[in-house]
Amino acid sequence: MDATTVSYLQTQSLGHRTRWLIALSGAALMFGLWSFLLGSADYSAHELLTGLVTGKGAAGIIAQEIRLPRAALALIVGAALAGSGAALQGLFVNPLAEPGVTGVTSCAGLGAVVAMYFGLVTLHPLTLPVFAIAGALIAAAILYALSKSGAGAVSLVLAGVAIGSFATALTALALSFSANPYAMSEMVLWMMGSLKDRTLNDLAFALPLTAVGLALLSSTGRGLDALTLGDEAARSLGVNLTSLRARVVLGVALATGAATAAAGAVSFVGLVVPHLLRPLFGHQPSRLIVPSMLGGAAMVAAADVALRLIAPDGQLLLGVVTAMLGAPFFLWLILKLRRQP
Amino acid sequence: MSVSFEQVSVSFGARAALTQVSATLEQGTVTGIIGPNGAGKTTLLRTALGLQPVSYGTVRVLDKPLSEWPRDALARAMAYLPQGGEARWPMRVEDLVLLGRLPHRAAFGPPDLKDRMAALDALARCDATPFANRRMDELSAGERARVLFARALATGAAVLLADEPAAYLDPSHQLRLMELLREEARRGTAVAVTLHDLSLAARHCDRILVLHDGRLVADGPPAEALADATLARVFQIARSPDSLGLGAFRRL
Repeated sequence: MDATTVSYLQTQSLGHRTRWLIALSGAALMFGLWSFLLGSADYSAHELLTGLVTGKGAAGIIAQEIRLPRAALALIVGAALAGSGAALQGLFVNPLAEPGVTGVTSCAGLGAVVAMYFGLVTLHPLTLPVFAIAGALIAAAILYALSKSGAGAVSLVLAGVAIGSFATALTALALSFSANPYAMSEMVLWMMGSLKDRTLNDLAFALPLTAVGLALLSSTGRGLDALTLGDEAARSLGVNLTSLRARVVLGVALATGAATAAAGAVSFVGLVVPHLLRPLFGHQPSRLIVPSMLGGAAMVAAADVALRLIAPDGQLLLGVVTAMLGAPFFLWLILKLRRQP
Repeated sequence: MSVSFEQVSVSFGARAALTQVSATLEQGTVTGIIGPNGAGKTTLLRTALGLQPVSYGTVRVLDKPLSEWPRDALARAMAYLPQGGEARWPMRVEDLVLLGRLPHRAAFGPPDLKDRMAALDALARCDATPFANRRMDELSAGERARVLFARALATGAAVLLADEPAAYLDPSHQLRLMELLREEARRGTAVAVTLHDLSLAARHCDRILVLHDGRLVADGPPAEALADATLARVFQIARSPDSLGLGAFRRL
């Protein structure tokens, strides 16, 4: 080993990425806390935090049963969607792949609506997330089959548009047949996504299911890195592609399905977050999955805080905010990709 | 024998891609695999890697049948540079070369010093050290090809299979590539490379396998394997006398 090699190896450190990881975690915690402290009932931060621990009094009930689910779900939904986006982009080697754009969230929403409005939820509370996950799984499997048959980056997005529109139409159909008189107004909540009026129950199923999904996705980093060199080179490096793809599809379905069952179809988080983090962490898929989860958590919590600051009456939906930021960004990304050779 | 093909046949549906090919790849030698498009060159390499199941015959790697190799161990024993490979994300060059170390690495955790040394050594051998810290999309096609080649070298495998590595390279880079393959063979690696450039194959390979319609039609040192009769039969070409002494060919 010569002197230049030694000094080169020493100058390289993980410091820069670690610092950004800490900053993202800090941002997620900060916006989560802010979201927790924000609400129509006028309690001080001290009262709410004491209430959260003790559960006593009106402040305790509000802290534990209203504020906690909303703030925690914002973090969980953000982590689930952005982590899924980073993994899907790695699997399809396509920066446009994302649960919302590819129709995975719409299908999950359809599953949730079917479970909810046909009384299946009364059989068992878990039917809601299970149906949402099944919907997400179907969409992810269709996309995967298409990509395997050689569909390129643009075809994949077009297929996602078709899957998404079909799922949205079926959701509308399901709601118009349901006996619920408020179905039409609730449809908007499902299609745009919202964290309004979430309960501890929603949190109780979303947390473990998302955690399992994200754990699966975290295990795929190495394989997704190898896919950068193409399928055959990845296989020659000892990557089991069948297992890798199954883990991504299942992980995305679990995380996105559980998040959608809790908050409806929130789009573009999985598109924007990994893209913003690439300049900080590099293009390597393994380096983006965990940071994207943290960044997504911070972003959705921030969006949920922002929309309540803009419209304290609760009329602004989370999905509206993410789509208003995400859709122009998506168009810009397409233009940028077109310019590349 | 690093790799041996025994009566290997492969068919895609009704079409036979390889028919009873028996050949060996020896350690310390550069074996050139030539033949017209569709002759089965890539299929032969993919068969050796276990990427292509055989319909008949056996492939042995380091004297052990391919089916008995665990996935990880095989990935450490054989490195593969596919045709027209590209980095599909603009990764940092050193990180890309480190992908060649994946078969050696533990399930979790960053690459250790040994992996990074191997990657830097591979980059140095390919004259690519100056851009270790740059991104793949900032390099020229020739530079990218060298980095991808370094990725295959970084594995430190006993067998190196390269599919058309000389395509898209300018003559000077082609020569440098053949020198690198030669250096790798000198370290005891069995190197096999598919080539379209017959002069390159004749000058830089120890042995040449000529494939034609999935059959092995010649196997031996270049002078023998590239005999006029073989060239005429397989490629429908003949050596053409030329004043520049470039080793030109003409169509028959």
